[in-house]
Amino acid sequence: MRAFWQPHRIVLVALALGLAVWAALTMRWGWIPRYAPLALEGMWRTIWLLGLSVGIGFALAVPLGLAQAAGPWWLAAPARAFCTVIRGTPLLLQIWLVYYGLGSLFPQYPWIRQSELWPILRQAWPYALVALSLSFAGYEGEVMRGAFKSVPAGQLTAARAFGFSRVATFRRVWLPQALARALPTLGGETILQLKATPLVATITVIEIYAVASRVRQDTFIIYEPLLLLALAYLALAGVIALGFRWLERRMVRGLH
Amino acid sequence: MKKLVLTASALALLAGTAMADPVRVGIAAEPYPPFASPDAAGNWVGWEVEIIEAVCAAAELECEITPTAWDGIIPALVSGRIDAIMASMSITEDRLQTIDFSDPYYNTPTVIVGQRDIQMDATPEGLAGRVIGVQVSTIHQTYAQTYFEAASELRTYQTQDEANQDLAAGRIDATQADSLALDEFLATEAGACCEVKGVVAMDESILGLGVGVGVRKGDDALREAFNRGIAAILADGTYDRISAGYFATSIYGQ
Amino acid sequence: MLDWLFAGWPGLQASAALLALEPPGWGGNLLRGAANSLIIALGAFGLGLVIGTAGALGKLGGGPVTRDLLAVYTTIVRAVPELILILLLYYAGTDLLNQVLRLMGQRPVEISGLAAGIGVLGVVQGAYATEVLRGAIQAVPRGQIEAARAFGMGPLQVFRRVTLPAMLPLALPGLSNLWLIATKDTALLAIVGFSELTLETRQAAGSTRAYFTFFLAAGAIYLVMTLVSGRVFGWIEARYRRGQARA
Repeated sequence: MRAFWQPHRIVLVALALGLAVWAALTMRWGWIPRYAPLALEGMWRTIWLLGLSVGIGFALAVPLGLAQAAGPWWLAAPARAFCTVIRGTPLLLQIWLVYYGLGSLFPQYPWIRQSELWPILRQAWPYALVALSLSFAGYEGEVMRGAFKSVPAGQLTAARAFGFSRVATFRRVWLPQALARALPTLGGETILQLKATPLVATITVIEIYAVASRVRQDTFIIYEPLLLLALAYLALAGVIALGFRWLERRMVRGLH
Repeated sequence: MKKLVLTASALALLAGTAMADPVRVGIAAEPYPPFASPDAAGNWVGWEVEIIEAVCAAAELECEITPTAWDGIIPALVSGRIDAIMASMSITEDRLQTIDFSDPYYNTPTVIVGQRDIQMDATPEGLAGRVIGVQVSTIHQTYAQTYFEAASELRTYQTQDEANQDLAAGRIDATQADSLALDEFLATEAGACCEVKGVVAMDESILGLGVGVGVRKGDDALREAFNRGIAAILADGTYDRISAGYFATSIYGQ
Repeated sequence: MLDWLFAGWPGLQASAALLALEPPGWGGNLLRGAANSLIIALGAFGLGLVIGTAGALGKLGGGPVTRDLLAVYTTIVRAVPELILILLLYYAGTDLLNQVLRLMGQRPVEISGLAAGIGVLGVVQGAYATEVLRGAIQAVPRGQIEAARAFGMGPLQVFRRVTLPAMLPLALPGLSNLWLIATKDTALLAIVGFSELTLETRQAAGSTRAYFTFFLAAGAIYLVMTLVSGRVFGWIEARYRRGQARA
């Protein structure tokens, strides 16, 4: 820690704090009490959208990566095609395609409104979740493919020689090692996913960016909400980075 | 003497530059038929586009139509990216704190349009428990947040078009917007789903006094120019001629 | 020509008519938007490379203050969503620039949408490019640089003749990734109303209500851009790796 606090750093930090104090005193912050509950709700929605989409996306990415690394051509080719399409098109377009594209089909099939799923299909968050999860799965499928391929084949052969079944080899040797190798990349990709969440505000999901937009529209104050929003995302990204660093220390023990 | 010469030359320079620069008139980059929408060749057509051309010609301004995202159109005006807003923007007290407006050039009622098979009327009680869609940064959003949000669920869309799309898909039960824009939607195939449920109760402080040209605060020269243009086309019949091509009755509303 | 296909699939003919290149088809609009997207992506990528080179050299050879400021720049850009950065830079950036110009007594300059888009995305790309180029420059074997110095080459010559060619193959995978990010980030400019492919698609879809058709068409155009870019970068990488040891 002491190495961090060199003279020039102290000056820079003091300047930054001075800037923050000046900003706190001169800019307009009167809107915060009125919008705080909405902001907390939006923050929570960002967090659970991020968490769920990362979880579901990763659960899909493992089979996608495995299919490309070790599967037969009729599994590997569709997996590769899926990852290529997801990685080759903008997420914004994917989100709009899922929400408005599917929505434009609803009037043609009136029986959908009578079905059990209608209360869910009416809302926007399922579509946001689907689009974000598929996007994460596409990118991480590629990462997991590289990770699965990078585990030395000798280890897998040795495991089979010991009598491990294919499932046991996967569960105890291949998957943990691939995960450990992919972890740094996954941390960076999770932060990228956090940065992608504001896009769902365009399909009426009220997450933290949408709250900042609402403040901007109601009060016509342009910069202050955006600055606070940037700080919120910096904080969230910091938490995610720290979390992954902790995970790495736990999982990569014993690996070179 | 020197001061007089300096001031005179400064004024001449300003006047010269004021006339030399084209006036960038901002319209919403999202389609809003019948007022302004892009056609397949990329040109903007509609009642409002024709009015802009007529007003600018009458006020002897060289206008450049600049599509700008509706969501950021006031910041674009304030930061100097555009010089005027003619995007069906209503004159409201809230907006008057940030920008100035010209005289209104049209005024139409605000209606609620909803699904045919649902019984509702344009009051907070009639819409209780329903899902209402509105466009962001509009008087309709402010009105709905003030009167309807307590008892109904509000969803905000980037464009009125997307709200109409979700209405047709059945995701929302109703939408609140300008009656003419919604009439245009109801005439389309997708609009067969819905009908006008009623006109909302008037609240001048939110719904405003009509649609005017937005200019920067203090830009009185431009504001007066637009007022002259609007008065001119109302007087010589150009306004009625253009409106006749789109609407059955006059929409001036004053 | 494709009548048999149109006969079997009812909606296809209507969709094909919507996508036609000449009005009343919207295909021409979409392609114009795609061209705009490519121009912005190229400009942003180029600007990002310039900023990235300066940033990488600053991080490696600059003083402690330079390195800290660059670290703040890269951390903020890599943690804050592009959408917010675009909004902040789009409005605050031009505002600040004009205020500075006004203070200096100059007339406020009008920044075209194209320039603002390229500037904003270029700043974002610059942060990522700094990291990619820094990693690549650091991976150049020290011995080669020391030998060049021993031969009496000045710093600029060392950079131009030794560091740059050696670092390019190492940087190319990261740079090709950055190019893809640049092409896809242009879609975000649709939210500030800049007329590129995604906005044109939304306008076309909104005017004709054929959402599925247009979004799929736009997706196909982006995919073509991505696949072609991938091929081009692969070819460049193969050329630059000639004579290099396989990594």
